[in-house]
Amino acid sequence: METKTIKNNEQSTSKTIRISGSEAVVRSLMAEGVDVLYGYPGGAIMPVYDQLYKFQNEIHHVLTRHEQGATHAAQGYARISGKVGVAMATSGPGATNLITGIADAQIDSTPMVCITGQVGSHLLGSDAFQETDIVGISTPVTKWNHQVTKASEIPEVIAKAFYIAKSGRPGPVLIDITKDAQFEEFDFKYEKCTGIRSYKPIPETNPNTLQAAADLINNAKKPLVVWGQGVILGEAEAEFKAVIEKASLPSAWTILGASAIPSTHPLNVGMVGMHGNYAPNVLTNECDVLIAIGMRFDDRVTGNLNYYAKQAKIIHFEIDPAEVDKNVKTDVAVLGNSKETLAAILPLLKENSHKEWHQKFKDLYQVEFDKVIKNDLHPTKDGLTMGEVLKEINAQTKGEAAIVSDVGQHQMIACRYADFNVSKSNITSGGLGTMGFALPAAIGAKMGAPNREVVTIIGDGGYQMTIQELGTIFQTKVPVKIVVLNNNFLGMVRQWQQLFFDKRYASTEMVNPDFVTIAKGYHINAKSVSKREDLTNTIKEMIDHKGPFFLEVKVEKEDNVFPMIQTGASVSDIRLE
Amino acid sequence: MDKVKQYTVTIYTENNVGLLNRISAIFQRRHINIESINSSISEIENVSKWTIVVKLTEDQMKKIIGQIEKQVEVIKAFYHTEDEIVYQESCLFKIKSDLLFDERQIQNIIKESNSRIVTVNKAFFVIEKSGKKEEIDLLYRELSVFGIMQFTRSGRIAVTKDEMKISTLLKALQH
Repeated sequence: METKTIKNNEQSTSKTIRISGSEAVVRSLMAEGVDVLYGYPGGAIMPVYDQLYKFQNEIHHVLTRHEQGATHAAQGYARISGKVGVAMATSGPGATNLITGIADAQIDSTPMVCITGQVGSHLLGSDAFQETDIVGISTPVTKWNHQVTKASEIPEVIAKAFYIAKSGRPGPVLIDITKDAQFEEFDFKYEKCTGIRSYKPIPETNPNTLQAAADLINNAKKPLVVWGQGVILGEAEAEFKAVIEKASLPSAWTILGASAIPSTHPLNVGMVGMHGNYAPNVLTNECDVLIAIGMRFDDRVTGNLNYYAKQAKIIHFEIDPAEVDKNVKTDVAVLGNSKETLAAILPLLKENSHKEWHQKFKDLYQVEFDKVIKNDLHPTKDGLTMGEVLKEINAQTKGEAAIVSDVGQHQMIACRYADFNVSKSNITSGGLGTMGFALPAAIGAKMGAPNREVVTIIGDGGYQMTIQELGTIFQTKVPVKIVVLNNNFLGMVRQWQQLFFDKRYASTEMVNPDFVTIAKGYHINAKSVSKREDLTNTIKEMIDHKGPFFLEVKVEKEDNVFPMIQTGASVSDIRLE
Repeated sequence: MDKVKQYTVTIYTENNVGLLNRISAIFQRRHINIESINSSISEIENVSKWTIVVKLTEDQMKKIIGQIEKQVEVIKAFYHTEDEIVYQESCLFKIKSDLLFDERQIQNIIKESNSRIVTVNKAFFVIEKSGKKEEIDLLYRELSVFGIMQFTRSGRIAVTKDEMKISTLLKALQH
């Protein structure tokens, strides 16, 4: 592959030094500005760990308790910082344990570089101890992967890995390095990668499409914006805000788009999709122009495609040409980086007010408030709701915390009710729906943004999938706030069983351990709350606490998340009860 | 609804181990059967060219091209209908040598089909034929009457009638 490199850049070592491949790995990571990485040692990666020991004052390695935790921590770090997350593992089971996190990063476009050790090159293909074809296994879930068998390839391949992971639509890259390549000595020199002949990270923007999009927006009577993570990944929050404010566009978000503009912004009309807000879902089928920005029309967003915004002209701002017309046929596709395309369209837009159209969103919000939100946030029944926990966290963090949620009912509640007043505040597994994501991701998030409050919201099911990362929290003392919303059920599956399987609760009820005792076993301050009157004070205690804190909230066992678009239904047939 | 048609996909790629896996996974994941696949060098140094034949709707074809082009090591992918390309396949028949003398008809078939004898020895002879699928199918039917010891056919190879702007594209990419 022909690549371009920067020479004699400050982050590149212009001098050549003779070192081992393993030292080259660590020096290459440092040249890429990596300050922390997550991983787990083992036979085939030991030479690199030996170098990490040597460079421990320059680069911080966090020992997770499982390789999956390392990938999710790297993801959390990447999602909150915008930098590339790094995870490391040994060959065989170490490498295969990375796969869930890699697949998660691929579908959620998270920049991540994974480095795995591999058996010596003379053993490749011999079914050696802890040998697995990780390049073959990871191919469908990586943006790029590569096996290194010679030390001299290491700097160029790592430079390429970081460039590919971060540029264009980001994604995970896996580099597999044989043990002999780690031991081999060679003349090391590091040059950052700035281009690859066959890879075009950002497609060119056709100016005609900008004008065509502007014309549609300017003539729209009932425009609706649906934005996704592309706004955050493109660091286009300011440009996005300017566009929607100038043309007065009601704007709804996908789960990964959350927080690009504050929850309190008057043009923010809430979340679209299966458990999104009532107004933007219903009005998707009433708008005349749908402006999709940095989103991919996921099935959880669109419901049944045959009844999705059929009346509307569709504009799609997108960095990945393969997403255009993939699920929804567009009338105008504006290719390019959202930061540039949004800045370019701004002068072409006319100021507008759309007063009556905005009123419709307000009216439907009121319907949702009366039927759903009121009961979630201001319950009159005895049992605690998940919503009131979020409301209390909002109040005590001023809506400035980064919320790291797992997967299930609590995730939907967290996304619906958390206040996101700072960008990059909703860190969750959107596309893959990986239970067990949140606890390790919160570790990475707190390390990626040490000055931010990081609160992770997890269900009792997902918590037990990566609960061992409490060990990582104890060892690193990373001050994350862990909230487990315990309903003793795999709540979302139970909700479906109630609604669609006549309440046959197959394998969804959980007999749980004493979570407080477990947290205390790791010397983490821990409390459990089951009464409404204790909620405010305990959350205050958690937020005020300097170190990590575990809070279990025993919530109502059989609450459901509404609104809800049933599988196969249209977005406008969203149920409120 | 879009009709299913036969398309020939041409992919220019960096010469890289593992890319076959990546490309075939794109088809496999969507339950699309690859009719034939061929990989070779191209007119450009260090650039490989793949020719893949698939049966799809045009809408599916466009999406697949998008997924292929998205791969880091793919330079460019195109799809063509049958009338946009000049294409050939090649095949080999291994037949018992006795038949060449006992069955006069075989010699006529070889002549009329424009195939050629690659080698002859006491035990067997080998016929090679290049052409379109139908021509090879016909030859197969004609020869199978006499008994075929071995048969194999290559994947389709194709060039486009229009100019491929790949060289210009590569130059542009290098700047």
